[in-house]
Amino acid sequence: MTQFLARRISLIALTLLVVSLAVFAITEILPGDVATAILGRGATPENLEILRQELGLNAPVYSRYLDWVWGILHWDWGESMVQKRPIWDLVLPRLSNSAVLAGFAFLVAVPTAIATGIWAGIRPGGLPDHAVSNVSLVAISLPEFVTGVLLIVLFSSTLHWLPSSSILLPGESPLSKPSILILPTLTLTGVLFAYIMRMTRANVMGVMETSYVRTAILKGLPMRKVILRHVVPNAMLPTISVVAMNIGYMLGGLIIVDSVFAYPGLGRLLLTSITQRDVPLLQALALLISGVYAFSNLLADVAYALLNPRVRLG
Amino acid sequence: MNLPVMPQGSVPTNYKQRNLASIPINLLHAVTNEVRLALRTNAGRIGLFLVTIHVFLAIFGPYITPYPPAENHLELTADQVAEEKRDRAALGEVKTIRKLEFKVRMSDDQLAMPSRKFLLGTDNFGRDILSRVMAGARSIIIVAVSAASLGIFLGTTVGMASGYKGGKTDEIVMRVMDGVMSFPSLLLALLVLTMLGSSQLNIIATIGVVFMPRVARVMRSATLVLKDLEFVQNARLRGESFFYIIFRELLPNAMPILGVEASVRLSYAILIAASLGFLGLGLQPPSSDWGLMISENQKFIVQAPWVALAPAVAVSSLVIGVNLLTDGLRQARGLPVSEA
Repeated sequence: MTQFLARRISLIALTLLVVSLAVFAITEILPGDVATAILGRGATPENLEILRQELGLNAPVYSRYLDWVWGILHWDWGESMVQKRPIWDLVLPRLSNSAVLAGFAFLVAVPTAIATGIWAGIRPGGLPDHAVSNVSLVAISLPEFVTGVLLIVLFSSTLHWLPSSSILLPGESPLSKPSILILPTLTLTGVLFAYIMRMTRANVMGVMETSYVRTAILKGLPMRKVILRHVVPNAMLPTISVVAMNIGYMLGGLIIVDSVFAYPGLGRLLLTSITQRDVPLLQALALLISGVYAFSNLLADVAYALLNPRVRLG
Repeated sequence: MNLPVMPQGSVPTNYKQRNLASIPINLLHAVTNEVRLALRTNAGRIGLFLVTIHVFLAIFGPYITPYPPAENHLELTADQVAEEKRDRAALGEVKTIRKLEFKVRMSDDQLAMPSRKFLLGTDNFGRDILSRVMAGARSIIIVAVSAASLGIFLGTTVGMASGYKGGKTDEIVMRVMDGVMSFPSLLLALLVLTMLGSSQLNIIATIGVVFMPRVARVMRSATLVLKDLEFVQNARLRGESFFYIIFRELLPNAMPILGVEASVRLSYAILIAASLGFLGLGLQPPSSDWGLMISENQKFIVQAPWVALAPAVAVSSLVIGVNLLTDGLRQARGLPVSEA
């Protein structure tokens, strides 16, 4: 197990190195450098040159890359070029907002999806199974911005129950205005629910056909016990890694949901940094998001290994 | 990513040599065969119906729209024109700058409800929604199909070559693929498109590259199963070339897996292309991209929900159609319906 963990963690370090290189390379080729972006079209070449000197843009690429990585290793994320503030100060509130949203979506989606998945999976082909499968197919097919818009039309423009946008004042916590969280959470939940539900259902169906479940049924164990003791624990295994892997999906979903509901999360900050050509901020965010993604994949592997003796010991 | 498990018995060993000239005929046979299979299940029938409508719109849509999709309808009625004239007369002597204080009169054709004149209503420029939705099918289908094909082509080549070659090469190639995959798809697409600038070709290339490692993984594992079977060893002993073995021996036998992967990729490609359009990185205004239409009209959603609803329904029905068709085909073949 220690060996397995050590191997996976060194792999993460390697991945982050590759990601940091890629992020740096991609943002390096962005047309128009930051100096031009800051001073605008009317800038004279002399002014541009001075600003470039000031921002250290004239140093060779590799030395800027090393400086950047060195800074991050010391938890110095640099300064936003447009907003002139330390990046971490900009990112932290957005990160916590996004974490709140993602957390709620998981809290809603995971238990309901697992319960529905088990319910549909123990009697494949039955009416509940058909209904649930069709609903989840639709949920998987809808892009987040469509789900979001449909929810807005229903709950905001028609029923007037909930606000149509989730704007927060700077420094305001989303938890102080729970009503703005409902629609974004539901939007994210849709796809998440469908994925986890389908996975659970398929696993339960698989386990129901195994010989140990048949034995349990034939020896006269009550159905409730068969399901709770034999089916659920064995069917949960792959589901757990799907849950962890969906953290990655969530990061993409957050970009869209932030933009649909004007929610001040990481996604909005990312889109702003792209339109403003705020390269240091963009680099930091891309690295951060990919880092979270890589760690959630690690989490998936570790959870799977912890629960599965064959992987843990093999 | 969970890899599709190789269904038992799907490795036909009596692989027939095919003639190059018969490819179009074989393709036609394959398509009719798929259609016949799809028509056997309910999911397949509905899916085929939805997909056919969209393909029809993609081909003929732009020619049969009731109005040109970018045509504005801002004409004022006779009464409004008269009112406008009276206002102007009243403010006649005042300097031009003051005229900006005129109340901007909205034409009845702006943000109009669905009616006989405009079947699905109009947006804030008085453009016919139905026409715009019909004209929008082509671009998204072209982008999604090309992007998915590109991703499938690159991924299949890389995955199969890497898996068949094995050893160090395989190790290095798959590590690079893992590196590309450690970006969430949408983030990578955003970064690359920002870098390259947005155009139809760049969107296709970006989505293709984002898909490549995911397809490569699946096709590599299919190759690992196949590569030690007798018919591959035979080909090797016959002295066939590396690419011959990959494309003429391994690929035909990995077709069932490739088919499933292709349809999954197609529906993801539609979702990503539409999302990029929504984020403003797709086609630029005034083109009638569905994602773009939704984001443009979201601010009017309270007064005129139909404007955003029509493209929303269009894009969802396309993805639902593709997914249903896939499920239907799998059911008809007796394969388990996709898990995720």
